[in-house]
Amino acid sequence: MRTIIFRTIAPYLSALMVLFSIFVLLRGHNEPGGGFIGGLIAASALAIFGIACGVASVRRAIVFHPMGVSGFGLFLSALAGLPSIFKAQAFMTSQWLEVHVFGVEVALSTPLFFDIGVYLVVVGAIGSIALALEEREAD
Amino acid sequence: MAGSSVSVDLSQAMNTAPIALGDWLVVAPSLITILGGALCLMLRKNTDLQPKLGIGFLGLLVVANLALLIRVLDHGVITMVMGSWLPPFGIAFTVDTLGITLSLIGSIVAFCAGVFGAATVDSTGRRYGFYPFLLLLMTGVCGAFLTGDIFNLYVWFEVLLISSYGLLVLGNDRIQLDGAVKYGVLNLIGTNLFLIATGMLYGIFGTLNMADLALKVAALENPASGTLATVAALYFLAFAMKAAAFPVNFWLPASYHTPNVVVSAVFAGLLTKVGVYALIRIFVLILPASRGYMADVIALVAIATLLTGAIGALAQSEVRRLLGYVVIAGIGSMLAGVAVGSTLAISGAIFYAVHSIIVMTALYMAAGIMNMMGGSYDLRQLGGLYQKSAAFAAVFLVLGFAVSGLPPFSGFWPKVILVDAAFSDGRTWLGAAILVSGFLTTLAMGRVWIFAFWRGGPEGTTDGETVAISGETGTQLSGAAVWLPLGILTALVVYFGLQPEWMLELSTQGASGIVEPLGYLRSVFGGQV
Repeated sequence: MRTIIFRTIAPYLSALMVLFSIFVLLRGHNEPGGGFIGGLIAASALAIFGIACGVASVRRAIVFHPMGVSGFGLFLSALAGLPSIFKAQAFMTSQWLEVHVFGVEVALSTPLFFDIGVYLVVVGAIGSIALALEEREAD
Repeated sequence: MAGSSVSVDLSQAMNTAPIALGDWLVVAPSLITILGGALCLMLRKNTDLQPKLGIGFLGLLVVANLALLIRVLDHGVITMVMGSWLPPFGIAFTVDTLGITLSLIGSIVAFCAGVFGAATVDSTGRRYGFYPFLLLLMTGVCGAFLTGDIFNLYVWFEVLLISSYGLLVLGNDRIQLDGAVKYGVLNLIGTNLFLIATGMLYGIFGTLNMADLALKVAALENPASGTLATVAALYFLAFAMKAAAFPVNFWLPASYHTPNVVVSAVFAGLLTKVGVYALIRIFVLILPASRGYMADVIALVAIATLLTGAIGALAQSEVRRLLGYVVIAGIGSMLAGVAVGSTLAISGAIFYAVHSIIVMTALYMAAGIMNMMGGSYDLRQLGGLYQKSAAFAAVFLVLGFAVSGLPPFSGFWPKVILVDAAFSDGRTWLGAAILVSGFLTTLAMGRVWIFAFWRGGPEGTTDGETVAISGETGTQLSGAAVWLPLGILTALVVYFGLQPEWMLELSTQGASGIVEPLGYLRSVFGGQV
């Protein structure tokens, strides 16, 4: 698998896939996409990078252990349900905050943070499995 | 969404009334364990911090469950629908006395297991996530007890199953993988049947909210019709697998002796009881007509489970396998309550579930301590433990009496209720099976006590002789982390035996709350039902 073409192209491809996964994550609230599918795309980016350049370099690149990443995602998702407590509404009632940045309307919302949490859980869990399998192959 | 220009009357779709802060307790058990589990997962390399965090969050869970129980007793059934959507469209958590009682007892047991795990799970086990798995297991267990939506119940089942797979293979022994495969395959089949039945139920009624289903099933002209009977049979098979009822019980003795003993203790206490709980919830609350129609089948399964469990226990010489069969015999008692189905019988089943959660966990912990003292789980090699610790011998005897249903311990009262209910319903054989099973369990537990504690040494030691045995004595064992959890659980066993009024009241209230579910339905849909 480690042909020169693949090794040259893999870092660019992975970077593009991660970018695309974030795009998919952010458009997910009202259009097809979201945290789960975005996370899958990002995890496949990690897998491709791992096949091309070795698992060790992927682990260095993502800094945190994948399971730690998914733990953080779970934590974030659970926290995203909490803000409605201050408005005497039920758990997970969505809260919206419209912010204008350079004339563009950005909707910050609790579902967005929930989705980011899902994204991280999926990246962490699937990435962890993929890297473990690739490591086993290299032995 | 919020920024759209079309004005929408949200009060048609959403609950706009403010929610009391106390009602947030409904989600507190799931939330505490998810946050705690995630935090432990992030910090899993720090093996010294793990037990402190894990035990801390489990303690918090007990407090939250206790507060929720007090609130339910004060205010009646509490419902919170996620995201403020109106039921039946939003996912409802509906907490009644039945759910919260089991959730509280389950969390106490998990807390004890967390403490016991501090002594028995080594740093490798901690690094591989004992505490995150335990906390997330409790997310599933508490969620299952508290939810008011069948599909959500399925999701919590998945959460607890996935965590239990993790706990089961912690340590990666060959025998553990073997146990995990048997456990995993049968539970996957059970979960799939559960999902299929839920899909059919949704196809018939177009709703998955338990209260809504109960209303719609009750409104049917022929509530025991063919399709619904299929659904009921599928649910029965699925939950019988989860609960380890005869003839789908073989996975339990095949897997429960393989993991670390504290994991076995949690499993024996909690997992099968969640299956029984789901059976009670669905058959008594939602499908009462199908329960009446299947009562004979359930009674037969209960009798077979009671007898195979007790006889299997007599045949074993490995303490943990033996206890696995005792768990199964207990499941038979609870099924007997479901078969009879009166308020009295269901209250007996609930009380028995509470008793079984506590006593089975305690017995597995005691088996772990026997192994630490005597160096084996095998009755042929154990012996002379009385010399090492007379107090521990007494504790084991208390637990053995309790699990056999002898007075004055916690197993006595639910068995009295169940036998009484069975006889007054005319099911003489069912009542007799409970009594015979209790008698056989007494023999099995007596056998353990005589061989492991009374006999002077391993098999072959002549009467009256004492053989010096290696292994630690009672006082050498690593202190509070081992004895405190066993002590708490044994104290509960004795307390519920001597002062059963409180638990009797809770279980009667829990049973009447689902046999006549008006309070449950009103909590979800307001005054219009």
